[in-house]
Amino acid sequence: GPLSERRLMDVRLGELPAWLATCDLSPQGLLGGVQKAWRSYYDKYINVRRGGPAGISMLLAGYCLLSYGWNYQHISKISFLVSA
Amino acid sequence: VLHTTRPLHTTLQRLAPLPPLPEKGGEVRYGLIPEEFFQFLYPKTGVTGPYMLGTGLLLYFLSKEIYVINHETVAAACILSVIIYGVKKYGSDVAAFADKLNEEKIAKALAVKNEAIKDLEAAIEQEKKEQWRAEGHTYLFDAKRNNIVMLLETNYRERLLTVYNEVKKRLDYQVAMQNLKRQKEQDHMIQWVEKNVVQSITPQQQKESIAKCILDLKALSKSAQAAV
Repeated sequence: GPLSERRLMDVRLGELPAWLATCDLSPQGLLGGVQKAWRSYYDKYINVRRGGPAGISMLLAGYCLLSYGWNYQHISKISFLVSA
Repeated sequence: VLHTTRPLHTTLQRLAPLPPLPEKGGEVRYGLIPEEFFQFLYPKTGVTGPYMLGTGLLLYFLSKEIYVINHETVAAACILSVIIYGVKKYGSDVAAFADKLNEEKIAKALAVKNEAIKDLEAAIEQEKKEQWRAEGHTYLFDAKRNNIVMLLETNYRERLLTVYNEVKKRLDYQVAMQNLKRQKEQDHMIQWVEKNVVQSITPQQQKESIAKCILDLKALSKSAQAAV
């Protein structure tokens, strides 16, 4: 189908800049995009009859990675490594 | 015909009936990586591709010190092992408990729905009975109509009888009047005739008639004596 209506996973690598140009980058648009992403994740992994640990464990793992990334500068300093 | 500005309830509503929840969530391997990633790499690298990728990435991060091993690594390892032990041992029990809670909720909702359906069916039964009763009203009205007709007939006949009696009384009165009149006339005439006859008998005629009677009596007595 046309480029603007395809989801991110269906866009080829070469078309990525064009696809980014078509999407809505205003605050409301970004907020809507975030809400849609959370909705699809929630409906796939958490809002089911017999879910498992996978739903929240992926969220926790993502949080761990994100916080490691944010604190990398501080963790990699010698003073931090020696003091522990 | 209903005049509206937009069509009313032409299709099913968007959210009713709600689609049922999916039974199981998306497949996730080792609790962290979705199956889609393995399927994505399968055509090019086969089954061991993602594992090779994971090992290579891990060694790269470790060797380049992008991931630094410090006291927090030990803490993370202990926490992770405890979490995994807990999930493996008590996971099924917690799942059964949660399923039981869900079952109770669903059973309550179902009970409410069945109760409502039963009440509505009873109301339908009542309604049908009322309709059947309403059909019986025709018989009631026929009986009432017959009653009224009979009352009217009785009334009519009573009045007819009254009329007949009244007319008969008047005619009887007229007949009695005529009879009385004739009677009186007869009596009066008889009296008048007697009076005149008595008046017309003169004393001379009276004597003659008495002498005649005596002669007759003598004759009779003679014949009677002869008979005896």
